[in-house]
This record gives sequence, C-alpha cells and structure tokens, in this order.
Amino acid sequence: MSAGGHHPAPASPVEQRVAALEALLTERGLVPEGFIEEITRRYESEIGPMNGAKVVARAWVDPQYKQRLLADGTAAIAELGFGGPEGDHMVIVENTPGVHNVIVCTLCSCYPWPVLGLPPAWYKDPPYRARMVREPRTLLAEMGCPLPEDAEIRVWDSSAEVRYLVLPERPPGTEGITEAELAGLVTRDSMIGTARL
Amino acid sequence: MLVDGIHDLGGRQGFGEVSYSPAEPAFRRRWEAVARALLVVVAGTVKASGGEFRHSIERMEPGHYLTSSYYEHWLTAAATLAVEHGLVTRSELEARAGGRFPLSGPVLAPPVVEAGPDVDTPRFGAGDRVRVREWHPAGHTRCPGYVRGKNGTVVRVDGIHSVPDVEAHGPGRRREPTYSVRFDAADLWRDGQRGVWVHVDLWDSYLERS
Repeated sequence: MSAGGHHPAPASPVEQRVAALEALLTERGLVPEGFIEEITRRYESEIGPMNGAKVVARAWVDPQYKQRLLADGTAAIAELGFGGPEGDHMVIVENTPGVHNVIVCTLCSCYPWPVLGLPPAWYKDPPYRARMVREPRTLLAEMGCPLPEDAEIRVWDSSAEVRYLVLPERPPGTEGITEAELAGLVTRDSMIGTARL
Repeated sequence: MLVDGIHDLGGRQGFGEVSYSPAEPAFRRRWEAVARALLVVVAGTVKASGGEFRHSIERMEPGHYLTSSYYEHWLTAAATLAVEHGLVTRSELEARAGGRFPLSGPVLAPPVVEAGPDVDTPRFGAGDRVRVREWHPAGHTRCPGYVRGKNGTVVRVDGIHSVPDVEAHGPGRRREPTYSVRFDAADLWRDGQRGVWVHVDLWDSYLERS
C-alpha cells in the first residue's frame, strides 16, 4: 500500500493478470513465503555480467586458465564460483583478429544466466532472433559493431543444452592494469558478441 | 494444415531494427519479476519438463506472441500450465483479473506413448558431413526450421541429453547425443554472403548422414 495518500497508477491488464494468478496460487499454498522476493533479489544483485567479466579478465591474465576455459567452460567458470541453471554446459568461443563470434537463440531466449544474468529485452525480441542468423554482418554494423569485410563471423544459435559465452579480445594498451581493472572494461555486449572492446 | 510455430524466428524478414539498449534493469516492472517467479512455481509444482515448459509458450496465439513481451509469454505459460494441470481454472483467473485472460492454444501433437531406446553412442564425429531431416512436427521440437533439409558439418559432439520432442509430450524420456553443426550462411539463404558460419545445436535424431 502506498503511504501518504498517493494514488497508485491503475494496474494495467497484464498486471491484473499477474496479480490474479499470484493470488490464486498463494491461496492454494503453492507460493512459499518470500519466494518471489528472494528469486528477484538474486537476479537483480548477484547474477549478472559482472560475473562473466571476471571470467574474461582471468582468461586474459592467466594463459593456463584460458586454456582450461576453452577446453571445459563449465569447470573453469566453476573455479570462480559461478554455475547453476542455464550454465551447466558452457562453451566459450574466442574472438581473434580475424574471427568474430556472436550468440543468439532463434527459438526462445537461451542465455548463460550464471555469467551474464537474465537476457536484455532486445535479445529476446523477434528482430534480433530473426536477423542474427540471416544477415549478421549487416545487423552487427547496425548495432554499432562494424567488422572488416574479410572478418569471419561465427554465429552460435543456442538451440540445445549448451550455452555460449564470447571471449572478447583484450583491448590494446591494457598491459599495465590489474585483473580487477580489466574486468571493469568487459561489457555485457562484448560477451554476447554484439560489441568489440 | 499444420504449420511450424511462430516462435521459430530464425531468418524471418520484416522485423526491422533491434531496439537496442546498452543496459537495462533485470526487471523493468515488478510484475515481470512476479511473472517469472510464478512460472518457476507452476513448473515445479506440475513437474513440467523443459520441453513442456517451452511448448506452453510456443502454443501462444501467433498475434499475441509477437505483440507481447517476454515476461507476458512467461505469464501466459504459467497460467496455461496451471489450468492444464488443474491448479486453477480459466474462469477463476478471469474473475480475479476482471477481464479476459488469454491462454496458449491446445497441444496439437498426440502424446508420445513409446519414447524408444536411448542413443548412447554418437553416430557422428567432428568433421562429418550431415543433413538435417526435413519434417514439420505438430508438437515441440528444437530443430529450427531454417536448417531443415540443409547440409552442414559437425564441429563438436556434446553430451547425451533428453530429446525435447519426446519430453514435451508425455512422461517417457529418450536421451541422445547433441552436436554443434556448422552451416555456411550462403547455403542457408542463397544470397552469396561470404565468411559467415551459422552453428546450430541439434539432437541425433534430427540428423542423417549427408
């Protein structure tokens, strides 16, 4: 309830439907106390691209870790304490000067939750899902990631159980900085493959 | 006529620009977080498999699917599974919501009665040429339409996993290897583009030797 006499905005039809289902399931004792708040808090504060950024930074500074990461992504990510639903079968795809990787899910919205969090709205919407497998060079340029004509593009459609993470190239001029500072440079989109660093 | 689901979007034209934003909150509105949590509650209560869960979204009316957001898909799936498994009724939902409560359409595929034996040994290895079967199932599948009938090359053999086409339609389970298969985009779209490879992860029974 809002305090101080403010009038809350009237609920939209979809909000009314959510409230209806929540009330009926709660009355039947199916929604554990605090469950909605807890699951929301986890995805708002604990699980997100800051986790993937730590994985990338570690791979940049530790060649042996990078080797393990490319050989068995799930195990190497678990070394840093990350794992869970939608992260049980991780494959890491590495960008190089001539090869650019990008991930998509044309059938729904599969995404590596433990390292990137929940997918952004545009990743789940039809334009990205329809176009990234058909005209990736055009779409990447449109999204602010133009690639040289001769760069090879590898698109990964997450259609089964594997979830992908792009290992971006380490930006030039970052030799002297710490692993934590490197992690601060890694963006969500560089790990989806819609941006370069 | 049976057609493939509206969710199978790879390669469809006419959608226009991606409404891209560099950052956004996990949930833009509280109802999104609640809808997401309620689907976890319902799927757990009715013990829905991943295939059944995904199919409950894919069965949405196509116009509704394309014009509603991701979390409205989750809400519709949660309510559909709750009604189909007898947790609530549609009339209760509509009475509480004070209006229409659209649910997903019915399952069109017959139940899978006999799941068949597991496939424990991969039929293909990295480097093998394969062709994707061309078929149009009435039920759930994870074989995107845009690669059916196309030739590709296996680049990776993954683990043995439950076949979604089976688990979505009954209690039986069949497990098969999955493969990452590489397709030349120019071959998929016949448009002459160069240097673009599209990789799709496919279950063993989706493939035949090329």
